[in-house]
Amino acid sequence: MNTPDPSLNSFRNQPDERGHFGQFGGRYVAETLMPLVLDLEREYKAAKIDPAFKAQFDDLLEHYVGRPSPLYYAERLTEECRKNAPSGKGAQIWFKRDELNHTGAHKINNCIGQILLAIRMGKTRIIAETGAGQHGVATATVCARFGLPCVIYMGAKDVERQQPNVFRMKLLGAEVVPVTSGANTLKDAMNEALRDWVANVHDTFYIIGTTAGPHPYPELVRDFQSVIGKEARAQMLSRINRLPDLLVAAIGGGSNAIGLFHPFLDDEAVQMLGIEAAGHGLDKEHAASLAGGRPGILHGNKTYLLQDEDGQIAEAHSISAGLDYPGIGPEHSWLKEIGRVRYDSVTDTEALDAFQLLCRTEGIIPALEPSHAIAAVARGEDGSGSDHPGQSVWAWRQGYFHCR
Amino acid sequence: MPFTDPMADGPAIQKANIRSLEAGTTTADIFAHATAFRARHPQVPLVLMGYANPMTIRGADWFADQCVKAGVDGVICVDIPPEEDAELGPALRSAGVDLIRLATPTSDAARLPAILDGSSGFLYYVSVAGITGLQQAAQSSIEEAVARLKAATDIPVAVGFGVRTPEQAAAIAKVADGVVVGSAIVELVAQHGANAAGPVREYVASLKAAINSAWLNFEVRLKI
Repeated sequence: MNTPDPSLNSFRNQPDERGHFGQFGGRYVAETLMPLVLDLEREYKAAKIDPAFKAQFDDLLEHYVGRPSPLYYAERLTEECRKNAPSGKGAQIWFKRDELNHTGAHKINNCIGQILLAIRMGKTRIIAETGAGQHGVATATVCARFGLPCVIYMGAKDVERQQPNVFRMKLLGAEVVPVTSGANTLKDAMNEALRDWVANVHDTFYIIGTTAGPHPYPELVRDFQSVIGKEARAQMLSRINRLPDLLVAAIGGGSNAIGLFHPFLDDEAVQMLGIEAAGHGLDKEHAASLAGGRPGILHGNKTYLLQDEDGQIAEAHSISAGLDYPGIGPEHSWLKEIGRVRYDSVTDTEALDAFQLLCRTEGIIPALEPSHAIAAVARGEDGSGSDHPGQSVWAWRQGYFHCR
Repeated sequence: MPFTDPMADGPAIQKANIRSLEAGTTTADIFAHATAFRARHPQVPLVLMGYANPMTIRGADWFADQCVKAGVDGVICVDIPPEEDAELGPALRSAGVDLIRLATPTSDAARLPAILDGSSGFLYYVSVAGITGLQQAAQSSIEEAVARLKAATDIPVAVGFGVRTPEQAAAIAKVADGVVVGSAIVELVAQHGANAAGPVREYVASLKAAINSAWLNFEVRLKI
């Protein structure tokens, strides 16, 4: 129950040297970007083993972001969920509360890491895409902190439905560009950011907000977000002297989920459940790429995508702007295929019910993204059923894990 | 080949992708067009250009086989760099279809061998670091780059991105083996719709005339 055995069969040594997670991942980008992507890979390899880089990252996470984030036992939600369980049974639910970070989400963890890389590489201009606006706000924040100009691409539809975050980005000095191509959401914002990048490769660093994009982005975003799971693992051991039975996290691109899951992947007894957005339902419009998609190539990597038989990408739908994306991080596709993580989905309606449940039982107003993960637990379809005594933990805006 | 997410394209070609998909174009339609074109024009080289996902979704072997059946000579895939060649390259090469790679202003001497390895047909020099149809490169930078590329390979070098006028085409033709014009033609199609054939023919003829006269002058100069 201490450090996982670093065996040869570790689930934690992906990707391979070419940036592949099994058949997924890779570097499917225009030739103009390839030299830069290779530079970034070299620079990240060097940074990973540079104690000064790690020291600066850790210092900023502690004093600027406010880490470690609390691990919270959600007592009343636990009681509420146990009402439907046989007497003496039911999960204990814990939250990893990354919504208490500076800027109010886990996104800042990754932005701190990437802006330090950008500075190491001598880049002087930052761009990013955003869906719900949390990644945009986190990027604008680190750009203000380090004095770099910042352009945020955001689908015009998301600009409308996420006005408060647009206001925050502008306050922080970022230029917010509404994107009007495609369905005007996250996928289109990413296309536009890639177009900016290809035209400004010499001075611009693209801070990708999730575990997507070409290698090494899925790896480095995961590594920067793994602080969530590392803390949660240590906190569980120190609070209840055991590991959780189940981790649950909502997934759009999947950076919060992989950040929570990755440090636990070699803990054989810990199960994991990723929750995709089922939108109006899996037989209607949704954003559940694993449930309703198949492998394809988009935005620099190969992964499960919502698409038609000709490989044209479908429009995703979720009530949550942060989950409204027709793809998923390539490492999740790999974890699904090898069966290490189980994936399920939750509809808009179920997520809204869970949102209200949490407001009333815990005095915590959640975002719509983690409301999907809460719904999966509340309906008792979390793989543990409701017949287990024990504990579980949420990572807030992230995941959740669950002990029997 | 249209794609829902043309990440490397500027506004003109983005709109063309959307128009085409909204009109219901399928991959089968594209191969039907290619087959019909090949029947009418047995000698004109025919190249498909597009993005990786529509080309690989049914498997690279399926795509290569369709190219052969339709009489397609070459394929330009924007988002499969040499690092991911296995996705498409081996299938095309064993089917005898050229994989036409892109070189860009960011392709330095260290990178060039990787691009050339497995390239055939011609090398497409993307003269601007950016998206299609917007800026144009300075003639001097094109000349310098083409000289560098031609020193490294025997396959023909064609230059594109931002080329619009007969004058530009003629200037490029003096140093390169081919000139690629995309957005300007796509804009004519957008403007004239079903009646675009005439204006496109006229425009292409003006480019061709300028290029021929550049080549003629070049040959005359050589003789003198």
